[in-house]
Amino acid sequence: MSGETREPRRVVVTGIGPVTPVGIGRDAFWSALTSGHGGVSPIDSFDTEALPVHIAGQVRDFDPTTYMDRKEAKRSDRVSHFAVAAAKLAWQDAGEPEVDHARTAVMFSTGIGGLSSLIAQHLVYLEKGPDRVSPFMVPQLMPNASAGHVAMAFGFTGPNACITTACAAGCHAVGEGARWVREGYADVCIAGGTEAPILPLTVAAFSQMQALTRNPDPQTASRPFDRERDGFVLSEGACSLILEEAEHAKARGARIFAEVAGYGASADAYHITAPEPEGLGAIQAIAACLEDAGANPDDVDYINAHGTSTQLNDAAETRAIKKALGDHAHRVAVSSTKSMTGHMLGAAGAVEAAVIALTIDRGVIPPTINYRTPDDECDLDYVPNEARTADVRFALSNSFGFGGQNAVAALRRFDG
Amino acid sequence: MEKPELQDRVCSILAEQLAVDRDKVTPDARFSEDLDADSLDLVEAVLALEEEFGVSIPEDEMESVKTVGQAVDLVASKVGASA
Repeated sequence: MSGETREPRRVVVTGIGPVTPVGIGRDAFWSALTSGHGGVSPIDSFDTEALPVHIAGQVRDFDPTTYMDRKEAKRSDRVSHFAVAAAKLAWQDAGEPEVDHARTAVMFSTGIGGLSSLIAQHLVYLEKGPDRVSPFMVPQLMPNASAGHVAMAFGFTGPNACITTACAAGCHAVGEGARWVREGYADVCIAGGTEAPILPLTVAAFSQMQALTRNPDPQTASRPFDRERDGFVLSEGACSLILEEAEHAKARGARIFAEVAGYGASADAYHITAPEPEGLGAIQAIAACLEDAGANPDDVDYINAHGTSTQLNDAAETRAIKKALGDHAHRVAVSSTKSMTGHMLGAAGAVEAAVIALTIDRGVIPPTINYRTPDDECDLDYVPNEARTADVRFALSNSFGFGGQNAVAALRRFDG
Repeated sequence: MEKPELQDRVCSILAEQLAVDRDKVTPDARFSEDLDADSLDLVEAVLALEEEFGVSIPEDEMESVKTVGQAVDLVASKVGASA
């Protein structure tokens, strides 16, 4: 034995595939976010008259058969349509590399899974009886179906899993997927999150939790960190990132958006839906992420906040950022993508990891739109209303889920 | 119901349920080899036929059905179609 230690494997982002209410594909997505265009609109897929909320972030102009054949589309739920579309867009964005299928992993998360299929078949059961229930209901509703469909779409046989941590699921997918690559379980990982929750039952249930904004105006409803915020906007869609071992990416001349610098996770262990008021779980996750990245609080240039637009989250998250970064917190740009996309639940963390990758690559920070009235409890620089040009070398993305699960991902500019 | 009409309706339903082009669904077409249908597809297709024709097709009767023509015959025997 020579006794020499191996260089740690580094992980880079080489492809980005968003399927979101603000646009499908990287260019449309980034153009909307940097020009401050929101994607919230009146719900048009069902009658909302009986519901207290009538708006959502809906993916527009989406035909699943653009990304899968008619039969596959018929046999799978909308949540998997979004996942396969996002994975294919990301893979195209990465230049459709030749890879070892056994060394290519898929980590695709969701908060809920194929709920529309479950609800539809429950109606069939009630109206027509048990022997009319579709044999496809189970493979449509199971949360891990999307990860399975993505693997089948490419024939990738590396590790495959789905982390189901509500609104943190997408960030967990990116963080844990990057660990698979860093630790050598795979050389490439398609990581992402997906959600298709815009259904009468879900709108009713989230409304009953007082989680959704009652602001009827789609343009101004999602207003993170603003004093008048009163809940989030329910949204759908998916996003995928191609995570690749750095030497693997360099060897094929891949375009590299950023390096996955670190990842931290924690639990509030406090309440099943409310955040711990001082943000202790979030502070622990941010600290763990910085330690994993070998970074100091002063290194952070930008934080893509969880920023849901609920009273509780935005105040607790602000406290957590101040505690985790100390005096530096007031020098850091903080913005919420959810001000434009609404809250894509299990997809949100993947969308927002894509945002920090693009922020580092392009040197532009997308704004928090609908920011009008400052709140004493939220006193950081939220990049209000207009994108900002900035040299961002190191950025964090925060994601906090119902259940008390927290995940924070750090990306930095790749220095070769 | 006349059998040609019944056959046409069965074939249309199978084409829709199996997401294949209507002109591929001929009496000779084999579900597995020609129409790429797996066991879940067949269960779904039978549900649609039962719904359309108001009949009940037990699983054990479907087991021997390998082609579209056999499925047409089975449905015909249930609804009493004339040849």
